[in-house]
Amino acid sequence: MTSTEPSKNRSLPIVENFTRRAAVKGAFATLGAGAFVAAISPLRQAAKNTTAAEFMQQHYTELSPEQKADVIARLEAETKEKYGADVTIADDRPIPGTKFVYAINLSVCNGNGKCVEACHKENNHDRATNQSYIRVLEMPKGTMDMEQGSTTYSGAVPKDDKFYLPVQCQQCDEPPCVDVCPVKATWKEEDGIVVVDYNWCIGCRYCEAACPYHARRFNWKEPEVPTKEINPDQSYLSNRVRPVGVVEKCTYCLHRTRRGKLPACLEACPTGARVFGNILDKDSNIRWILENKRVYILKEELGTKPAFFYYFD
Amino acid sequence: MSSIPANETHITSYPRFIGRSLWLATEGSFGFYAWMTALTAVFLVGANAWANQVAGGMIGTNMTDQVSWGLYIANFTFMVGLAAGGVMMVIPAYLYHDRKMHDVVIIGELLAIAAIVMCLMFVMADLGRPDRFWHMVPGIGKFNWPISMLTWDVIVLNGYLILNLHICGYLLYMRFLGRKPNPVWYVPFVMLSIVWAISIHTITAFLYCGLGGRPFWNTALLAPRFLASAFVSGPAFIIVAMILIKRLTGVVGLDDPIATLTKIIRVTILINLLMVASELFTEFYTGGSHVSAAKYLFFGLHGKTALVPWTWTAIAMNIAAALLFLWPGLLSLKWRPLLVTACMMAFIGAWIEKGMGLIVPGFIPSTLHEVVEYIPSQLEWKVTVGIWAFGLMVFTIAIKTALPTLKQSSDH
Ligand code: SF4
Ligand code: SF4
Repeated sequence: MTSTEPSKNRSLPIVENFTRRAAVKGAFATLGAGAFVAAISPLRQAAKNTTAAEFMQQHYTELSPEQKADVIARLEAETKEKYGADVTIADDRPIPGTKFVYAINLSVCNGNGKCVEACHKENNHDRATNQSYIRVLEMPKGTMDMEQGSTTYSGAVPKDDKFYLPVQCQQCDEPPCVDVCPVKATWKEEDGIVVVDYNWCIGCRYCEAACPYHARRFNWKEPEVPTKEINPDQSYLSNRVRPVGVVEKCTYCLHRTRRGKLPACLEACPTGARVFGNILDKDSNIRWILENKRVYILKEELGTKPAFFYYFD
Repeated sequence: MSSIPANETHITSYPRFIGRSLWLATEGSFGFYAWMTALTAVFLVGANAWANQVAGGMIGTNMTDQVSWGLYIANFTFMVGLAAGGVMMVIPAYLYHDRKMHDVVIIGELLAIAAIVMCLMFVMADLGRPDRFWHMVPGIGKFNWPISMLTWDVIVLNGYLILNLHICGYLLYMRFLGRKPNPVWYVPFVMLSIVWAISIHTITAFLYCGLGGRPFWNTALLAPRFLASAFVSGPAFIIVAMILIKRLTGVVGLDDPIATLTKIIRVTILINLLMVASELFTEFYTGGSHVSAAKYLFFGLHGKTALVPWTWTAIAMNIAAALLFLWPGLLSLKWRPLLVTACMMAFIGAWIEKGMGLIVPGFIPSTLHEVVEYIPSQLEWKVTVGIWAFGLMVFTIAIKTALPTLKQSSDH
């Protein structure tokens, strides 16, 4: 009796202890897991906004024509549902034999900012943040140093001692933004336009860090545009309403320019400072300017080879 | 359970090993449970904040199109350094055959695991579309390798994680089976992990220094500086961890490794300061637009000074820590609290310098020379602290799992 007692005492508590501790641990683990599920419950809201079809969607360049049609139909329906607007989303492809180039005559530009506004409307930018792909720097005459410039100038323009430098995506021929993207969500098309697949971008914003011209924008929130103000003429790779959490940029209005029209910023410019065209077309105005004016490009030393030129008369 | 019985294979004994480790790792004193509960609570706050960020968009952060990376990427960068810093235990242990270090080297390897887990979490937290994470998975997504440095970073970080999981897992498993580890199965991996540790921090530096449009980052000194500061912060963390382990668990034989690490920091902290000085000289003596970011960092630009207090705190801490480390008395046992203070100063100094002090000035002034300031939002702090809590949980559990091994080696 006395010889079994101690051994019982030694073994029993351990077993009891074991089951009790296991139960306690199990309870704690369950509690923790439950609390975790509760903590991340806002994700359910986000999941509702992402359909299975969107989640599974392949990269733009890998979609078959039928898949593309499905995707576009889905996006149009979503725009209708979220924004109440009937839109058509086209899939504008580059026109063979075209290379688009932009130039701005800085002697003429007076900093009125109509291009900024036109971009805002044309490209269905978020209204609250007053987003636009164009920024205009007010620069003191006598310097080319952007550090002297200001993007937040106000008052009557033009001021006598200032000139104005509009900057947007330069559609670089050696685009650092494309190189850095980890998932090839952004690339350069044959006509020189750098585009983003808004349904493939993971929102890492590496391209935003890489671009030397502050040309990229991130959708920090879901864009808000009133139904009446939605521009219904859209394209998959350009001005369709962007999803939250992805990067976007100027596309030289490819939904217009690939259909033979001019960019919205050019049409809105009251001074005629902006010139746009196909550099491969020998008779184009833009070609004449590049051949005859003393043009320059921004931050040439970085080797990005912009397709965007500036000149003075 | 000393070795595999005849009727058992690794298929059955490995899960048993995992189960047993988990069981042991969740055994502990009241203090241990309190610590884990507190960490869990903080982690849950972070998880909730992150879920809100995903649901509501990253507007909840204070990042902007001008300062498009902030606290998350800052912490990510620092954590890569911490992960790489553990190698400062591995090198003495395996290349210089420091027996004492060899006995406890697993602490450094476990730290690497916890740190890399945190790195991956910080990257996830920074993504605008975490649901599209699979786009980055080679094979099913579209992996822009080898052009994008970020894809390299994904490879080296995950590789480093797997390497360390293998090394630690193998050693602990062999101990569980009561067998002597076969060097063939881990020494080559340890050697590889030394090179790999250097690579993770070098590639992370390349993320930034390859960007021509960001003069503040565009310097060849960035990668070496990253390494030097990693070899301060990593050992500093490990020293504090070892002092705690000694206190709380009675593992002995930690004092020699602590001394070795202290001597390592003594050198690396000076190298780091030297490189900072060299960089500052180049920036300020040259002047021009190259210097605006540094000006912003140290003195403020156009009256905007949000980072200035951070910077000077970091510098003060780094210099004070460097002086303390130079003092030979710091090695003596009676000055342990001072050693902990010095380590903490070096750690926080590196955290500011490699984090906010590195990432944010890359964006200020912006590429169009706008000065838009950035101060992390409450949501960002919550997510960040939550990830830290999770990392500490992983580290605590990992150390607990390894305790029998650590104790055993301190027995002989
Ligand atoms: S301006 Fe910026 S966004 Fe546009 S192509 Fe060049 S690097 Fe890319
Ligand atoms: S934000 Fe999008 S487009 Fe830009 S680098 Fe990341 S995945 Fe690519």
